[in-house]
Amino acid sequence: MNEPLLKIENLHAVVAEDGSEILRGVDLELNTGEVHAIMGPNGSGKSTLAKVLSGHPGYEVTDGSVTYRGDDLLELEVDERARAGIFLAFQYPVDIPGVSIANFLRTAVQANRPGEEVDIFDFQEELLDRMQLLEMDPVFAERSVNQGFSGGEKKRNEILQLAMLRPALAVLDETDSGLDIDALQVVAAGVNKLKEDRPEMSALLITHYQRLLNFIKPDHVHVMIAGRIVRSGGPELAEALEAGGYEAYRGETAGV
Amino acid sequence: MPENETVTGLGLEEYKYGFVTEDKPFFKARPGLDEDIVREISAHKQEPEWMLEFRLKALKVYRAKPMPTWGGDLTQLDRVLDEIYYYLRPQEKMERSWDDVPQEIKDTFEKLGIPEAERKVLAGVGAQYESEMVYHSLKKEWEDKGIIFESIEDGLRLYPELFREHFSTVVPVSDNKFAALNSAVWSGGSFVYIPKGVKVDIPLQAYFRVNAERMGQFERTLIIVDEGAEAQYIEGCTAPVYTTESFHSGVIEIIVKPNARFRYVTIQNWSNNMYNLVTQRAMVHENATMEWLDGNLGSKLTMKYPSCYLVGAGAHGEILSIAYAGDGQHQDTGGKVVHAAPHTTSQIISKSISKGTGRATYRGLCKIYEGSESAKSNVECDALLLNETSRTDTFPYIEIEEQSASVGHEATVSKIGAEQLFYLMSRGLAEDEAAAMIVRGFIEPIAKLLPLEYAVELNRLIELEMEGSVG
Repeated sequence: MNEPLLKIENLHAVVAEDGSEILRGVDLELNTGEVHAIMGPNGSGKSTLAKVLSGHPGYEVTDGSVTYRGDDLLELEVDERARAGIFLAFQYPVDIPGVSIANFLRTAVQANRPGEEVDIFDFQEELLDRMQLLEMDPVFAERSVNQGFSGGEKKRNEILQLAMLRPALAVLDETDSGLDIDALQVVAAGVNKLKEDRPEMSALLITHYQRLLNFIKPDHVHVMIAGRIVRSGGPELAEALEAGGYEAYRGETAGV
Repeated sequence: MPENETVTGLGLEEYKYGFVTEDKPFFKARPGLDEDIVREISAHKQEPEWMLEFRLKALKVYRAKPMPTWGGDLTQLDRVLDEIYYYLRPQEKMERSWDDVPQEIKDTFEKLGIPEAERKVLAGVGAQYESEMVYHSLKKEWEDKGIIFESIEDGLRLYPELFREHFSTVVPVSDNKFAALNSAVWSGGSFVYIPKGVKVDIPLQAYFRVNAERMGQFERTLIIVDEGAEAQYIEGCTAPVYTTESFHSGVIEIIVKPNARFRYVTIQNWSNNMYNLVTQRAMVHENATMEWLDGNLGSKLTMKYPSCYLVGAGAHGEILSIAYAGDGQHQDTGGKVVHAAPHTTSQIISKSISKGTGRATYRGLCKIYEGSESAKSNVECDALLLNETSRTDTFPYIEIEEQSASVGHEATVSKIGAEQLFYLMSRGLAEDEAAAMIVRGFIEPIAKLLPLEYAVELNRLIELEMEGSVG
């Protein structure tokens, strides 16, 4: 077996502002092409894990390591991680008024291909191709990034970025979006199509509800409680959670 | 490249100083201002007697008026005003060589990718011959339509009656101290007349017409847009203007007659020792529309409030501005709308960006006189602060005498958000790039109205300014 694409060992992280500990020793291994799901109740640290992986300045790693393709991921800046192939689909992406999606994507695609001048016509063609794959109206690309978007449109925008940037690892933070079935389906359909197109893409799905996993079949499911992964298994684990809830696992954190 | 090499043999030499008459009386420039200087300017320009009298009267008004105590810090200005040259012949201005231009300015030209020939013009060390040729072919087209587009000096000389009828009717000598100063020593600028019903698509660009005179410290522009005519005028450039002078005080007067439409676009990027105090005003008649599109970058202090006096029923005025205050700079800008007729409407949109210790002030006046039935005005000012040390203030003065008028005012102050930066960086953009993108988005509603090449230059300039700006 080759070394894993991503290896998280004993990861501890605190909120930078007040020092409160959120991640308390996360361990996880993910191989190229695999789809993993992390499930857990509110406040278990799932979203924090996603943010820490992409280098959010609001959190500070206090212990442990994250190895990505054999290198220390935590050494890299936010933008370097992105260029190294890690993509975070945001749960609540912010507005960038006055910047069109097309313009934003072109800048991002260019940033991800240093040393190569991205041709405007090739880019347009690629954008149209990806939008077609995701069944999006090309007019969508002319809108300002996330400004006045519905929940579903924001998700569409995230998935379009995922499609254009072709990361090695997509981290999808869908913690609360289980509430919006429309948005959920946008994400699921998009990920499935992109996965079909590029089977080598790995994904880490972060979700509260099992519903998302009805649409995207994970290879591995992890249960996160109070900042640690307390149980790992196959898709059947998600089904068990749906039936029994997280109560059964809460006891497992007692000793922490 | 030697400065004159490009034109040798092209037969264009004659255009080089083509706006100045051949027989010039001897004139020796010296610093400071007195009545003799004013007389010399007028004599050198071979002006009619009335203009000399106008200038001398203006000098008296200038001296009588106290230095303004509002707006930016003018406490050092007296010293500057004692030292500057109030009039230089174009030839004298041209004597500077490329070697004298500071490296910093040259580097910026380089980064902006400005062609060699153009750089010299911008630095005040050469003339733009290719543009001259473009200008001359356009000029033919314009002349066929009866459009007048001349230097202000030629305007006075060639169209004395039209000139005198309108000159100083929009900005009277006594309007403010610096308008009075300009009235006394004005030199350079444009004279434009668009005849009744004539519509021009290609913007009239000051860029084309002036070469040596374009950096006029005391430029004076007079534009008359006759009934039902439509045109656009563009002045300036986003590239930094380098002059050894540290004071600029222009007066722009525009008359937009009934049913006419006019847009005046300025983008100026002064070197950071410059006091830039400009009076820009338009008199807008019945059912006419005036738009000011104003970009202010650089300078030490800019005080500039383009105005629309809506004097005819149904007149509409718009003032759209972008101000960028870098380290140590103060942009005190905004707009002024005066409603003096029924059903007049106006809109002011002002966007400012402050970086480092830069300070951007929005100062606006909306005055609605009694009888301006159903007048409507809307003011929107948005400020973006890049650093903790950046500063912005808003002074929206509103005076309403008319019951049926409606006035809206909205002001926002935002900072480049950590979440916005994180979002863009998580897509691979470096921090500077991310900040530049946010700033570009912020000014986009105004930048999109600019001619394409200006918008492109402005974007590149913002990228340069954002290097190392965040954090």
